[in-house]
Parts: sequence; C-alpha cells; structure tokens
Amino acid sequence: MAAQADAMVATRRARRAGRVTAYLLLIVGALAFVLPFLWMVSTALKGDKEVVQYPPDFLPTSFHWGNFVAAWQALPFNTFLMNSAIITVASVIGSVIFSTMSAYAFARLRARWRPAMFGLMLATMMIPGEVIVVPDFILFNKLRLVNTFWPIILPMWFGNAFFIFLLRQFISTIPPELDEAARIDGAGHLRILFRILVPQMKPAIATVTVFSFIFSWNNFLYPLIYLRDQSKYTMPLGLQLFVSSQYITKYNQMMAISLLMLLPVVILFLIAQRAFIRGVTLTGLGGR
Amino acid sequence: MPGQDDAGTVGAVTGPGGATTATARLPDRQAPPPAGGPPAGPGNIGPGNIGPGNTGPGNTGPAVQGPRRARRRSSPGARRDARWFYGLTTPWMIGFVLFGGGPIVASAVISLTNWSLLSNPRWVGLRNYRQLFHDSSFWTALWNTLYFGGGSVAVSMVCTFSLALLLNLNVRGIWFFRLVFYLPTVTTGIATALLWEDLLHPDYGLINRLLALVGIQGPGWLSSNNWAMPALIMMSVWGAGNTVVIYLAGLQGVPRTLHEAASIDGAGWWGRLWHVTLPMMSPVIFFNVITGFIASMQAYVLILIMTNGGPGNATLVLGLYIYREAFQYFNLGYASAAAWVLLVLIVAITAVQFLIGRRWVYAESMRKGA
Repeated sequence: MAAQADAMVATRRARRAGRVTAYLLLIVGALAFVLPFLWMVSTALKGDKEVVQYPPDFLPTSFHWGNFVAAWQALPFNTFLMNSAIITVASVIGSVIFSTMSAYAFARLRARWRPAMFGLMLATMMIPGEVIVVPDFILFNKLRLVNTFWPIILPMWFGNAFFIFLLRQFISTIPPELDEAARIDGAGHLRILFRILVPQMKPAIATVTVFSFIFSWNNFLYPLIYLRDQSKYTMPLGLQLFVSSQYITKYNQMMAISLLMLLPVVILFLIAQRAFIRGVTLTGLGGR
Repeated sequence: MPGQDDAGTVGAVTGPGGATTATARLPDRQAPPPAGGPPAGPGNIGPGNIGPGNTGPGNTGPAVQGPRRARRRSSPGARRDARWFYGLTTPWMIGFVLFGGGPIVASAVISLTNWSLLSNPRWVGLRNYRQLFHDSSFWTALWNTLYFGGGSVAVSMVCTFSLALLLNLNVRGIWFFRLVFYLPTVTTGIATALLWEDLLHPDYGLINRLLALVGIQGPGWLSSNNWAMPALIMMSVWGAGNTVVIYLAGLQGVPRTLHEAASIDGAGWWGRLWHVTLPMMSPVIFFNVITGFIASMQAYVLILIMTNGGPGNATLVLGLYIYREAFQYFNLGYASAAAWVLLVLIVAITAVQFLIGRRWVYAESMRKGA
C-alpha cells in the first residue's frame, strides 16, 4: 500500500516537473519569436537621435508617437493605402467567388474531363513562379496592361488552384443529401451552391478570404514588376520606396510604417484564427 | 479531456501570404499528401465520391442502381450537369491557360529565343542553355539555391518539429503561445526584411548585442560572405509557422492509445517520441520536407530586398538570377531558360526524395494492405 502511494506521489511530482519544464521552454521559445516584434515597436517609438545611438537601448527613453505621423506624411501613403485597398478587395472578392464556383463543380458535378482537369489543377500548384512570371509579363505587356492593377488582380481571380482545392475538400464533407433534397424541389445549381452550400461552408470561405487577403496585401513582387508610376504604388512598394529614398537612416519611421502595415493582417488573423486549423485538416494534410 | 481543444487555434496552411511572398502564388503546401500516390488527393475522383446527388433521383426518373445508371452518358440530366461543370470551371480554365499550363509551354518556347521585348523574338535553339552553363554566376546561383533550400529545410524541420511538440502540450494558455509562433508568418515580407536587417546589423543589431552579453563576438551577418546565407536561413525558420501548424495537426492525429500502450510497456518520453510519434508522423514529415524544398528553392523576394544577392554573389539564388535577367536586363529568352533549369531541378529533387521516402516513410495503408 505504502509503496503504491509513494509511486503515485513520485509520478505526480515528475508530472509537475515536466509541466514546469514545458512552460519554461515555451516561454523561452515565445520570447525568441516575440523579441523581434518588441524590438520593432521599441524602435518605432524612439527619437531620431536615439535610434542611431550606439550601443542602442532596448527601450526608448520617451515615446515618440509622432514618428507614425511623420512617416505617413513623408510619402503619399494615403494613395498607397488606397491602391492596396483596391487591389486587395478586388482580389479577395474575385478569388472567393470564382474559386467557390469551380470547387462546387469539382466536388459535385460529373463530367468526362473532370478527373483529368482535377489532376492538372493539382499539378499547377507546384509550378515555380519563376517559370510563369516571364510569359505573363509578355502577355500583359501585349495587352497593354502594364502599369495597371489588372496583372496583379487577374491571377488571383482565375489562377488559384489552392483555394479551389481547399473549398472542394470542404464541400466533399457536406452530405450530398442536402443538395439532393433541394434538387427534388427544383433548385438549380447556382441556387444549391449559394443558398444551401455556401452557408455551410463558412469556415472554409473564411480561410480562403483570409489567405487571399494576406497574400494580396503583402504581395510585393507583382506590383514591383508591373507598377511604374509612383501614384499607382501599393503599401509594400511605398515602404520599399521609403527605405531607398533619403529616409534610409530613419529606422524609427521605417518601423512605424512596418507596424502600420502589419495591423490589418494581424487583426484579421486574430478574428479568423479558428477557421485556419479547419483549413489544414480539411485539405487532408493533418490528422493522418 | 480538458485542454485538448482542436488542433491549433492558430493554424494555416501555407497559402498565399507568409514570408515567402512571391512564391506563395503557387501555394506550396497543398500537394496531395505524400503517401497518397497520384495527384488525386484524398478521396477525390472516382465513383465513390460521387454521391447520389448527381444523376440520382430527381432528374431522371426513378433511382435505378447507381453505377450503371450513372455511366449512361446520354441521360439528359448528366449532360446538363456536364455543361454546368464546364461553365462553372471556366474561370479556372482561363486561369490555367493564362497563368498556369499556358505559361509553362510558352516559357519553354521563349527559352529557345532571343527576346528583349523591344525587338521581335529571334530563334536561337539551345544557345541560351549553352550560354547558361558557361556562366559562372549561374553556377554560383545554382549552388546557393541548393544551399539555401537544403539548409532551410534541414534547420526548419528540426526547429518546427520541436516547436510543434511543445505546442501540442496540454497546458493552460497554450493558444497564446500558438498565436505567438504563428505571427511572423503573416507578417508582410518587406517589413520582415527591414526588421531583420535591423536585428542583424553587425554593430547595432539586437542579435549581436545579445551575443555580446554572453561574450561572443557576432559575425557581420548580411555583410559577410560566409554568414549572409546562414542569416537568411535563420530568418526563414522564423517565418515557418505554416510548417509548425501542419505538424501540429498531424500530432493531434497520432492515436492516444498508441502512446498509452507504449507507456504501459515502460517507454519513457524519449522512447515514445522515437518509437511512436516519429514513425506515425513520418508521412507528415515527408510532406513538409517535399513542399518545404519546393518552396525554398523558389524563394527570392526576401533575398532581393535584403541583400540583392550580395555581398558579392554570396546570396545570389536562381530565382533572383532569373528576376534580374528578365526584369533588369530584359533577356527574356535567357531568363526563361534559367527558369526551366530551376523547374527541372525541382522536379528531379522531388522525384529523388520520393524514391528515398519509400524507405523511411511509414504508410498506414501498407500495413493495412498486408
């Protein structure tokens, strides 16, 4: 009896020790990940002299909130924000609608070429961007669409195999009896899709929305290649311009703009984080 | 089971977004799962999946025996469905022609020409490829691509797997930690680049200051020939939240009973990790290695922003080499040839990995089949 009790105490003690170690490791790891962000915030709030002083301090002596205003006004960031907003909203809406339509077709409709097309679609997900970027540049150049937003938006509307795949996997988990019942009532495909399936697909659609938002908002390469006039620049290009112009030493303002750029993404991510893991599980990647 | 909330509060597949902004357009982590065989994902095509909803009752008379009925191509309902199928997938087909399969073919043809956009393309046969193989900076770029790809996959696999093990623990407040580890992944590429340039500054940078605290004289990082690449690899691990999440989802799928059985047999933490978790996770590890390699061999936007290939050519990778040839020198044919070399390289490495993978990936299906 006594030996058994001793063993229990021992295991409990061992478990508690394990828990403490786990917390310690987690905290150390989290610090490694968070420290760069804290550094960013701290730098953004430092004064002009303080930011170039050596050795630098971890914390600003006083908070210079004015850095945010000064940085924003140094370049036409209102324009950049507007451009980014247009591109992002257009990309998100288009990619969500078109991907949902294709996903429904791949999940529920039968056609002779469906298996082949599905295979092709999955294969396109592995094509390196380097191969595509040159022909597409030539294409958009021929169409005289260079220096417009279209080369950045259109690939998001039409090209996204990953979104289609993700949504299709989700639709496949919805019992087909649902649409069958609607069909008996005489509902057409669009009605079945948008009235019956879409309301059931909220987590998947949220995932796709967040992904396409993050991608469009952060997209650097396509705007860099296609946008020529400064008045058409997006936020990432604006930030790059800020760095390459005379503001090179203004680390504090640079970080302030960077933080402002992070804000929408982080907020969106916090709102939608629950939907994300569903995205992973439903593509069949997890839970194997 | 308190605290066993569903997998991850924080997750995400790598879709678009994340640190590898540019390449993310061809999302990296959605290939079909490794053990799955042909690129037809889990349970996709095939009659099994085509519920009775399609050609079943409601359209055409009484529901007769499924498969036979469905195979009859002339039924009006089936034909209407097929028309709808092609109608609804038209956007994707346009996309495939313009932004997927079409460009691949076009790129192969362009790689056989001399084209600067200003003039008409001129057919040169394989000359671009010959020129490529005689260019020493191309070979440097090739080597660097393998260095970066191999290095970041190796380092990030170890780090992300350990992280996922930690984040899979049942402790209070774990959602907060999951969130923290994922944040860098949604951070804008350019902001990440600026931040790390600052962190890695040889004199002012936080990293060298921390190293100095423990008495180590930090290297010049991005300005050093030898340390620029390790610095970039370190950065790529910081933004590898997607990999962590995929591991996390996989870990949640390891049957609890196996762990319990191992414990009863006297296995400790290490034993369970080695004999239960790792074998069970090997398909997921395999998947992450494959997709991680594909993604990191294409990555160059951050490198473009941070070092632009320097110092010297120390961080010149193939993606950057192609970008320069295409959009700075407008040698479109030459750039396409280099892009094709990269494509072939990626396909070859992936194929080799699949061959090797057979030896170490534990496939549930194989056991079931036996």
